[in-house]
Amino acid sequence: MNLETVNSILTSIWTVWAVLIFAGIVFWAWRPANRKRFEKDAHIPMNDEG
Amino acid sequence: MSSNTALSAGPSPAPRYVEDVIRAAVILTMFWGIAAFTVGVVIAAQLVWPQLSFDSEYLTFGRLRPLHTSAAVFAFGGTALIGTAFHVVQRTCRARLFGGAPLGWFVLLGYQFFIVIAATGYLLGITQSKEYAEPEWYADLWLTIVWVAYLIAYLGTVLKREEPHIYVANWFYLAFIITIAMLHIVNNLAMPVSVVGTKSYGAWSGVQDAMIQWWYGHNAVGFFLTAAFLGMMYYYIPKAANRPVYSYRLSIVHFWSLVFMYIWAGPHHLHYTSLPDWAQTLGMVFSVMLWMPSWGGMINGLMTLSGAWDKLRTDPGLRFSVTAVGFYGMATFEGPVMSIKAVNSLSHYTDWTIGHVHSGALGWVAFIVFGTMYYLVPKMWNRPAMWSTRLIGWHYWIATIGIVLYITAMWVSGIMQGLMWRAYDELGFLQYSFVETVAAMKPFYAIRLLGGLFFLSGGLIMAYNMWRTIRGEPEVAAARPRPALAA
Repeated sequence: MNLETVNSILTSIWTVWAVLIFAGIVFWAWRPANRKRFEKDAHIPMNDEG
Repeated sequence: MSSNTALSAGPSPAPRYVEDVIRAAVILTMFWGIAAFTVGVVIAAQLVWPQLSFDSEYLTFGRLRPLHTSAAVFAFGGTALIGTAFHVVQRTCRARLFGGAPLGWFVLLGYQFFIVIAATGYLLGITQSKEYAEPEWYADLWLTIVWVAYLIAYLGTVLKREEPHIYVANWFYLAFIITIAMLHIVNNLAMPVSVVGTKSYGAWSGVQDAMIQWWYGHNAVGFFLTAAFLGMMYYYIPKAANRPVYSYRLSIVHFWSLVFMYIWAGPHHLHYTSLPDWAQTLGMVFSVMLWMPSWGGMINGLMTLSGAWDKLRTDPGLRFSVTAVGFYGMATFEGPVMSIKAVNSLSHYTDWTIGHVHSGALGWVAFIVFGTMYYLVPKMWNRPAMWSTRLIGWHYWIATIGIVLYITAMWVSGIMQGLMWRAYDELGFLQYSFVETVAAMKPFYAIRLLGGLFFLSGGLIMAYNMWRTIRGEPEVAAARPRPALAA
């Protein structure tokens, strides 16, 4: 297996990996169990006195 | 939430935060804003009346144009970002700036020094000839040191935060600081001819050089002019509207989709060049995909006002910020359209590009900065409000008319220019000579100059209002938000 083949395999893996990570982030963001904590996090600027 | 103990300490609750640096950054932002708008007006006038360079090499369009772009993007925008980044990170982390005032001053003043050596160099003809990366090697090295100090101050504050969660605005600011460091170093790799000379030769050549330059250039748009100012949006719009962002979940997806996609969009600057076709198509596809997260972010910013739209009538500072988000939506729709090869074949190298850039730079970047400053100035100087709310309203309308004049003139001029370049007569000859297109554009250049004058006048009104607010004499009539008009 020469370097070009390795490169092309790694490129494909990288693409799949990036898509999976992104899907994971979207899942994390919209997971019903996280709803409450994100609502609380959204209030962080309001918690400060200034 | 447990309210802060500092709340009971009186009107000036925050000796625990570093604020002198932020106050200095606010004033410097205003100064650089006026400088950038003024040079813009001068070069717009030169395009109408070329004799305005007075046959002086120091005043040629070629030297003043990078002075204008650097003053607008790096001096005005960058100084606003350094100041607001320090404000946002301390407030949302509830922690004093890492490194305290000394590190804060080093970053702010070190950055000002970079701007001054870069800008004076342009006038003397010292340039790498890379767009938005004109400063030569010695200025680049200095900026690298300052930028690393900026990262240390920011990241250090995030690491020692009292607030368990890192608020989303900080993600945008951090992405901006880290990505700009990477872009700056890679694009500026160069070998100086001599350690005492200004000239250097870049490490890259040919099409690789072009690709790295536009990987740099477009991500300067993506991370400097977009991500960083979105950090501003995610903090100051909720603060000014006094309500949390519309959807925190959407802000997470907004952030990560921009981070995953923006870095690939650069090749759309090199359509129909010697860059391989697949790379051009890749750049086009990613640019079109960017439309979705951009509009997600725009919706998030605008909907934060839902249920509080009346604030737009009473708070013209907030009106600036919200209009900025509208322009963000418009520019991020226009951008993907222009990145499509068929459209690009008409738009590229024409004034349409200049119009697009300015709807982003004036409408989005400058307006979000104005909105933020109108919020920040009274806060930082402990005033009840800006000296005059009416003057903010005047600034708003004058600046908006200026933008509309500017971008409509450039649309018409750019599309006309593109169509004239590609027009053939019945025998297959080009129908117009180049100089005929230049002559045809002259009226639109005059309209653009008028738009720039409007925008500059608005900036001067703001500077005056800011000065009166900071000087802080007892306010006359106008200071309270419109008692006569309310109810």
